[in-house]
Formats: sequence, structure tokens, C-alpha cells
Amino acid sequence: MSEFEQLYREVILDHYKTPRNHGLLDPSDAVAVGQNPLCGDEVTVSVRFADGDVIESVGFEGRGCAISQAATSMLTDLVKGRTAQEVALMPRDELLDEIGIPLTPVRLKCALLGLGVLKVALHKSKGTPLPEEWGTSSGDISVG
Amino acid sequence: MAVDTPSALDTTALRADFAFLDERVGGKPLAYLDSASSTQKPRQVLDRMRAFYEHEYANVHRGVYQLAERATEGYEDARRKVAALVNAPSEREVIFTRSATESLNLVAYAWGLQNLGPGDAVVITELEHHANFVPWQFIASRTGASFRHIPIDDAGELQLDALDGLARENSIKVVATGLVSNSLGTINPVERLTAWAHEQGAIMVVDAAQAAPHRTIDVQAIGCDFLAFSSHKLCGPSGIGALWGRRELLEAMAPFNLGGEMIRSVALDRTTFNELPYKFEAGTPAIAEAVGFGTAIDYISEIGLPAIEQHEHELTVYAMGRLGELAWLRLFGPPVERRAGIVSFEVAGVHPHDVAQILDWEGIAVRAGHHCTQPLMTRLGVAATTRASFYLYSITEEIDRLVDGLHKVKKSLG
Repeated sequence: MSEFEQLYREVILDHYKTPRNHGLLDPSDAVAVGQNPLCGDEVTVSVRFADGDVIESVGFEGRGCAISQAATSMLTDLVKGRTAQEVALMPRDELLDEIGIPLTPVRLKCALLGLGVLKVALHKSKGTPLPEEWGTSSGDISVG
Repeated sequence: MAVDTPSALDTTALRADFAFLDERVGGKPLAYLDSASSTQKPRQVLDRMRAFYEHEYANVHRGVYQLAERATEGYEDARRKVAALVNAPSEREVIFTRSATESLNLVAYAWGLQNLGPGDAVVITELEHHANFVPWQFIASRTGASFRHIPIDDAGELQLDALDGLARENSIKVVATGLVSNSLGTINPVERLTAWAHEQGAIMVVDAAQAAPHRTIDVQAIGCDFLAFSSHKLCGPSGIGALWGRRELLEAMAPFNLGGEMIRSVALDRTTFNELPYKFEAGTPAIAEAVGFGTAIDYISEIGLPAIEQHEHELTVYAMGRLGELAWLRLFGPPVERRAGIVSFEVAGVHPHDVAQILDWEGIAVRAGHHCTQPLMTRLGVAATTRASFYLYSITEEIDRLVDGLHKVKKSLG
């Protein structure tokens, strides 16, 4: 068994079958939902703050591949007790290091979905910055 | 229970031509079931390209020295082979492009921009690969033409009874359809669709990317006006494809890429264009790739397209039989009698990415995703499927391994 397979089975499947912080918070201070239309992964993240913008708790729900759901589960544990600003600026490598397994570009998108959604939720509620995206300003095609 | 691999092809001999089959994934032999995405290359193609680079390479169409003549002959010989593969009336109607995608873009831009306007309609199908969908949607939006589709039924076959309604309500100028669906394996009745297109005064554009490698194609029998396919899907190198187009149409079309080679004369105030096919081949082409393309065509033609088609049919019958036994697996697409060597499926409760991941650990390569057919996925009510596809080097043992792997998937995650 390769190291990747081993870690996948131990870490990913654990979080996938027993996700941490599962279930949306009620009440919550911020909610956001995001999808990866390429494969249908979907994640909803809810946040509650204490003391201004310290993240007190995070709850998520979703459906999709094991990596997208497991990564979001790991993320929720990672961010508790941190400020919104800090998490908004959290580099993706930090989450990827936490996941600990090498990912191909396709699975990378799965792994980072939850982080992106969380950053949107923080932006909506606390005005924190969103990560820079390339190529979103050129418009799209609409036909009748 | 393993079945002897069907005898339409001597797969043992053929597989010896493919060094990639010696690759191991995690210590396990590779079962490559993703030929619909791209195909592996036999040593004959690789050897020919190497020999070309080592002994015949120079830029084409311009040099006076011998080497340049040899290079040009190699390139133009490849063009003749492409023409012969699809029974084109003349090799001068064959344009080398970068890919089937580029071929379809060429038609959409160079024919569409000039000939479409408000009141006109472009008709595609729900099955289309993005390469034969997005360019038409874009050109329709640019020209003010409307964008319509032929729907499919739940088995993934075109609803031909929708044709009358489409004809009545639209002034159709383009009908663009695939010959074989890359997601479902559906084989479309392109002769019938061509006749219908011509009745409306429309041109017929066929995306043969998934068909040309696997079955005999005859553009004269189909009657279509344009046909696109690529090299990398028929054991040739990537980076080169072909467009066949009817001479009168190509002559009337403005060029798509401009620059060197596609001109006759250039001056400050006026430029004239070269004759066919060079009008559409600007710049230095992918010369060695064209030679590789031609060699790949020789390779599959020698095996015989009907034999390849029969071999894949037998594999597909076997695959659908074995996969059909799995109660927790859902197959998409038409019955085996009406489909090519492509099988899309869904494992209950397991995401396609995870299916593909676990199969990868077993040394099995399948594709998981929307297969560049998002409108089709939406119609099927899924975001993605897992897809296995076969080619001349595929064997039943690989299908047995796929089924064993799927049992492991279900056990791990289902």
C-alpha cells in the first residue's frame, strides 16, 4: 500500500465517515455555500463569533467526494479560536499541511472548497478580504 | 469468471507494440481504461517520429534544399492518409489543425461569423462535448443567431421526433452533432441528420473525435459538410488534428489564423490568400506530429477499423454484462447494440472521484468527472460519472479487474 493510500484510508476516511463539527449552527453569525461544478462537491459553512471576531464555533454540511468533506471537517477544527482576519488570510498550504497527503490538481480543488466557502462567510459577516481570483472579469456567454 | 479475449484482434501481438503496458502503478500492472480521453502510442508511431526528426526534419513548403523537400513530402503524405481515412474527395479539403477542438472552432468562426445573423438558428444536441457546444454558443451570441438543441431520451439517444418542431420554429443554418458520444457511447444517426440539415438549407458539422479511431468513417456516405477529429485519440501524437471540409465552403470562408504560409502575396496595402488547404494553415505546422498522425492512421488501418469496432463491441458486451450484475451500480446510456466502447456509470453512495481514486490504487485508470459534457450531466441529473472506455489494446482481463476494484470501492466507502 502506498503512503498516499495509507494516509487516505486513515485520515480522509476517518473524517469522511465521522466528520467533526458536522451540522449547521443555529443561531449563526455567518453562512456561505459553495460548489465545485466540475464534480458536484458542495459545502455549506456556518460560523459563530465570540469577542468581536474570534471564531467560537464552526459547523458544516455538504455532499461530495471524501476529500472535499474530510478537508472541510479538518478545517473546522483548525480555525476555532482564531480571528476572522487571520483565517481570511490563511494560506491554503496550511490546510494542505494539515491534510498531510499529496494531492493532484484535481483533488486540490476538492480539498480547498471548504476553505474558500469559509472565507466567503467571513467576508460577508466581517468584511475580511477574499482571495484573489484570476480570470473572472471577462464575462460569459448568454444566448436565447 | 474470465472469458477469452475476443478474437477479432490478436491483442497479444498488438499489446506488444505498446511499451506503456509495462508501466506499473503501485506495483500493479496498469489497466488503462481511459482511451476515450486519450490513447497510448505504439512504438511504430514513436519510431517514425524519431526517424523523421533524425533524418528528414526541416521546415515545410518553403525550402529549396533536398531535406526541405523530404520534410514537405512527409507532411503532405500524412495529409493524404488523413484524407483516405475518411474517404475525402480530395486531400486539399483536409486542413491540419491543433485538435478536433480547434477544427470545430475554425468552422464556427470562419463559417459562422460570416453566415449567421439574427433570425438564424444553430442546432446542436444535449450530448455534445464542449468542443462542439461552446464555440457554437459563442458564435450564436456574437451574431444574434439563436441556439437550439436536439434533446435526448432517458437512454441517452437523440429524440428524432423533435426534429420537425425544431425545423418549424427555426430557420436553421447549422446542425452540429457528434458521431459518437464521449460520455455515453451513443452512436448518432449522422446520415439521417445530414439529410435533415440539408433539407433546412443548413450545413452539417460532425464531431468525429470519438468515432474516427474506432469505426470506418466515410464523409461522402455521410454527406456532411465538415468533419473534425484528432490524432491523439487514435494512437497518434497530441497537438495535431484535422478538419475535412467541402471545397466550395472552404473556398468561400475567410481564414481563421493568419500569417505566413497562408498568403500568396503581402504588401502594405493588400494581401492575397493562398489556395486550399494552405489558406487555413498559418505558420510552421506541427510537422513531425503530422507524420506521427499519418503513421498512426497506417497502424489502425492495417489492423482494420471494422476489426477494431468488433473487438470493442465484444468488450462492451462483456463489460455491460459484468457491471450490470452489480446491484449498487447504475449504468448510463443506450443498450449495448447501439453504443460504442464507452461505459459511464455511478456507484451508489460513492462520489466518482473516490471511485477513480480507489481504482487507481488497483492500477486501474478510469475517468471521473463531467467529461466535458456538462449539459448532458445536467440532463442526467448528476454532476459527474465514472467512465471506462476501450480501444484496440484493451482486454477482458482489465474489465474483470475493474469489477473487482469496484467491489473494493463499495466496501471502503459505500
